[in-house]
Amino acid sequence: MTSLRGRLVVLLVAGAATVLAAVAFSSAVGPQPISFQAAFSGVEPDHAILLELRFPRALLAAVVGAALAGAGVALQALLRNALAEPFVLGVSGGAALGGTLVILAATLAVRAFGPGAALFFEGAPVALGAVAGAAASAVLVFGLARIQGHPVPETALLVGVVFNAFASGLITVLRLLVPPEQAARLLYWLLGTVAYQGAGTILAGAVGVALTLALLVLFSGRLNLLTLADEEAASLGVDVRRTRAVIFFAASAATGAAVALSGMVGFVGLIVPHLVRRVVGPDHRLLVPTSALFGAAFLVMADALARLLFLPLGTEPPVGAVTAFLGGPFFLWLLRRSGRPQAGGFA
Amino acid sequence: MSPSPALGWPEPIVDVRLVSFRYGGTPALEDVSLSARSGEFVGLVGPNGAGKSTLVRLLAGLLAPGRGRVRLAGLDPSSAPRRQVARLCALVPQEPRLTWPFTVREVVMMGRAPRQGFLALPGPLDHGAVEGALRACDLVHLADRRIDALSGGERRRVFFARALSQEPRVLLFDEPTAFLDLGHQVAAMRMAQAAARGGLCVLAVLHDLNLAAAACDRLVVMSRGRVVADGGPAEVLTAERVREVWEVPVWRGENARSGAPVVLPEL
Repeated sequence: MTSLRGRLVVLLVAGAATVLAAVAFSSAVGPQPISFQAAFSGVEPDHAILLELRFPRALLAAVVGAALAGAGVALQALLRNALAEPFVLGVSGGAALGGTLVILAATLAVRAFGPGAALFFEGAPVALGAVAGAAASAVLVFGLARIQGHPVPETALLVGVVFNAFASGLITVLRLLVPPEQAARLLYWLLGTVAYQGAGTILAGAVGVALTLALLVLFSGRLNLLTLADEEAASLGVDVRRTRAVIFFAASAATGAAVALSGMVGFVGLIVPHLVRRVVGPDHRLLVPTSALFGAAFLVMADALARLLFLPLGTEPPVGAVTAFLGGPFFLWLLRRSGRPQAGGFA
Repeated sequence: MSPSPALGWPEPIVDVRLVSFRYGGTPALEDVSLSARSGEFVGLVGPNGAGKSTLVRLLAGLLAPGRGRVRLAGLDPSSAPRRQVARLCALVPQEPRLTWPFTVREVVMMGRAPRQGFLALPGPLDHGAVEGALRACDLVHLADRRIDALSGGERRRVFFARALSQEPRVLLFDEPTAFLDLGHQVAAMRMAQAAARGGLCVLAVLHDLNLAAAACDRLVVMSRGRVVADGGPAEVLTAERVREVWEVPVWRGENARSGAPVVLPEL
């Protein structure tokens, strides 16, 4: 029996090393070959390509991946089902709707008060709108999926799908209300794009995501108990309602931040926690931090591969398309697997 | 009234006075009073819907009484902080739910949660309590197995061990023998008896009257939300009372060796 502390240290070191390797790989590849040595000694354009384009982009992908994987683990604990995921449950859709509403408000404000008004709506307010949208949709989906006090996973997934369709329909309508150039940007954002963002945006996003992940790590012992029946968790000393509210908030904040930074990137929160769970087991004290790290590495690699594979075409798909391409079949495989009778309640 | 500890009687650690409870508009308990002391093994018996499980949930603080008061070692379990209640009182649920296949040791370690901080990293005290509970429930050889790989009887022992690792003073069972074969039923009752002899106050909802009569120090008979009898098994389980409460004609005899009452339904 190895101690929990020992396993945690090994996993954190392995995860951090994987993230570093992924970031290095992603920084190295692209249409323009660069040399790290030249870049670090200030030779242009290598220096600018590495430090102003590729490295920030890899960092952004890492932040978004960590947030989505962490949110996925939290939602799976809340729903007590391995198929829960921010995108599938409509939480990402809610975040996108929240962010879009703020952008629309900005457009209307600019129309009414002149270009200066846009300052009040760029960046942070869009992110807050996304977080609020994520929280509202999470509460809605889980609220509608509770039958006699127990969350019913199948219902939650259905409600999530319906809510996603509803949110994207609404966003389509809202897009008609903004100028065409902004509408195009909105569309590209919503597809799930790890774009070249400013250092300030990435830093703010990283801090926000780190805080919500820290909250999840802090509550990871209680997450284990939340996967039991409510009364069982309560009899083991968990204030179920309050703890659930904290986890809801953390999962929504992480999803909202991820969507604000890079739109709707799906299935990261499904694929990564599932693979990590197969290695480390279901203990959330290991699962939460390890999933966050490998989620970061996963999205960095997905983004790098998207860039690399489409190099001959001279274009690149949004990373959300890559994760959907991988995640869709994965979801179906998981669904078939968890539906097998001998698997019982264990996914 | 009740003798003081100085006279050699411990104060009752479980003290329920004139408690009533309704689910919405449906009355479940009416003026129920009950007390139990440390070291006692009390069986709660009665037909389905008599209010036994409701009483257990009130004792665990999962429900708050509509009228009357519930005290565990002087604490109101429905309003005290959950962690404090969980250090005092453990509940072995009827049908524990596990979404993910934790190992036996991980599940038993969950009993330490009310004594652990946020990250819940276990210390030597936690490991000691878990190993002790695994030994007491004969689970040492299964400790690293996944819980979904165990039989129903083994799984039941795991949740019993989890309750022991809580190091509670009151142990509540909701039908510890349901769905178990005879061997596992007897094993479950022996573990409950051992816990009581170790100084815990053990309350168990039981359906098998003969098992309850053989194992418990005291039986509390409930019917339609009320306590209709409370005392030693031989005194409480009369043929007349069983007929009246369960509405079944029975033959009542006695185990010649132990003196415990035996009731058999007459079909």
